[in-house]
Amino acid sequence: MTEALTQTAPSNGQPLLEVKNLRMYFPVTQGIVLQRRVGEVKAVDDISFSINQGETLGLVGESGCGKTTTGRCILQLTRPTAGQILFDGEDITKYNNEQLREVRKKIQVIFQDPYSSLNPRMTIGQIIGEGPHVHKITTSKQETESRVKELLALTGLPTDLHSRYPHELSGGQRQRVGIARALSMNPSFIVCDEAVSALDVSIQAQVINLLEELQEKFGLTYLFIAHDLSVVRHISDRVAVMYLGHIAELAASRTLYELPLHPYTQALLSAVPIPDPVVEAEREHVILGGEVPSPLNPPPGCVFHPRCPIATDICRSEVPVFEEKRQGHWVACHHALSERNLAAIEGGKGQAQ
Amino acid sequence: MATLLEIQNLHTRFYTQGRVIKAVDGVSYGIDEGETLAVVGESGCGKSVTALSIMGLIPWPPGRITEGQVLYRGQDLLSMNAEQVRQIRGKEISMVFQEPMTSLNPVLTIERQLTETVESHVSLTKKAARQRAVEVLTQVGISDPERRLSQYPHQFSGGMRQRVMIAMALICNPNLILADEPTTALDVTIQAQILELMKELSKQYGAAMILITHNLGIVARYADRVNVMYAGRIIERSTAREIYGNPKHPYTLGLLNSVPRLDETVKKKLVPIEGQPPDLGADTPGCRFLPRCRLGDPQTCGGEFPPLIEVSPGHWSACFKFDQVGKVAS
Repeated sequence: MTEALTQTAPSNGQPLLEVKNLRMYFPVTQGIVLQRRVGEVKAVDDISFSINQGETLGLVGESGCGKTTTGRCILQLTRPTAGQILFDGEDITKYNNEQLREVRKKIQVIFQDPYSSLNPRMTIGQIIGEGPHVHKITTSKQETESRVKELLALTGLPTDLHSRYPHELSGGQRQRVGIARALSMNPSFIVCDEAVSALDVSIQAQVINLLEELQEKFGLTYLFIAHDLSVVRHISDRVAVMYLGHIAELAASRTLYELPLHPYTQALLSAVPIPDPVVEAEREHVILGGEVPSPLNPPPGCVFHPRCPIATDICRSEVPVFEEKRQGHWVACHHALSERNLAAIEGGKGQAQ
Repeated sequence: MATLLEIQNLHTRFYTQGRVIKAVDGVSYGIDEGETLAVVGESGCGKSVTALSIMGLIPWPPGRITEGQVLYRGQDLLSMNAEQVRQIRGKEISMVFQEPMTSLNPVLTIERQLTETVESHVSLTKKAARQRAVEVLTQVGISDPERRLSQYPHQFSGGMRQRVMIAMALICNPNLILADEPTTALDVTIQAQILELMKELSKQYGAAMILITHNLGIVARYADRVNVMYAGRIIERSTAREIYGNPKHPYTLGLLNSVPRLDETVKKKLVPIEGQPPDLGADTPGCRFLPRCRLGDPQTCGGEFPPLIEVSPGHWSACFKFDQVGKVAS
């Protein structure tokens, strides 16, 4: 596990999961009976990354950038339009239902909303025990029950909760149930889709710590999808920033926060207030104008160019290649290493410190 | 500066299923003209209910203000009749709600919703009201306001709807804006746009603002003074710099330690506040924070609720052990 924690670029190292040129286009149709296809929403448009064993990759971006769709594609909850998803070296997009059922034991998910992701008519014991029972990991009722109790204890819940219903639990407790359910299959990889976003800060910290402890204990690998950059920085080894279906930048979390090469990442970081009035008073705030364009009709060239402070003609016509600009630091920007951009980063840093 | 609004010993209760929920339990605070005051706390701490109580928007049943006064320029809003309140609400005190998706009426045009306020408060002609609407929409950064006026809320994005909400709050030149989690539903880049806009416009209009939020970063960036609420009471109050730099209540310190910071250079383990927020229906004596507190002991803190006392000039804390906060290794 220890060597897996070293940070590597998407192309080398021993990845547990590799995503290659993933595309997910949702058709837009018109008409009720004869559904004509009038366009498509490019929710995810040609993204590639990999996640190493034992690592946490953060995936951040604003609503509609395709981060959740990416997670759903990896879980095979939606079949991607194109691209490969290699889990342990095998392309799971080619799997049939039988094979998928097997691999899903290894890939689990924790959902965002602890209120709607638990079936209100099932007891906590049934919710957590369903997986092991269906997959015949536990063979008898007693065995399932003891497994449930073990999982409850593991996630810091009182073991007598197993006969209760979700409505009797608080938000933080429900999220722990969601985690226990994900762990019930002994997975190696967990997609955490906004797993702590709905929780209050004091409870959020409890759940973040729990996720970190479990990772250490079981050598879990996480894809941590969230919109809160502070949380993502805290929990992730590497971070990918998504914008309108593309990955704008991917780097080790420290590098990304200290030396963001993509103008979008810079603006995103600047927009997040730091809970310290002294620091805040001295920070320079780059306020991005405009809004995220519709993925139905994305701008040509670099998708970020209409809001970008350093965009030039080339950005309006040519799509920037997502490439390794520095060791382990991948960026999709024509001007990532231009003097102007680097000067802007330096200037911003001077203000921040 | 003169005090604009003064809340005194406010108690708001909800009577449900045979239980009494003390949502706001003796809150007092004042806000000066032109000031930005933040009220921060987690869900259920009573920060929104306080704002609704000020506005007289607590629905009965199940809610009722059982005690206290809300003095707006010396007049008690709570003892006014409905007509008198209407003169002030929406005109002198306005509100920006959290959910831009649900707080606009989906079947009325933006024009109708904006001009309704001006027409009922200031006797303006329809034409003048429309002109005023165009003016505020421009101020909040909506392009092509003439055309936008005839559109419906569903034709606006989340950020744009929140701008409309702000326009609606500003249209009568209010003296006080209550902003209840104005950017919680928005993305960070849009959140930054909206907050900058609110700050700029409240300055331009000379309006005071009560910013209600759970986000400690927003408070740090925008507020002059801060009230921290827990379980229906204010437990600490001071300037933003004091609260963040020198917290004197274990709950405030706990909150600050449980948020990951964007500028953390070394990865520190988060220190969460253990346990759950208390049940507001239970009648437990003593400090409400005691079960989760690292400092508290039942002998000192279990008897009565610690009063909010001034621990240093301008810094108030409701903790018997305020002098130990941050000193004991936790």
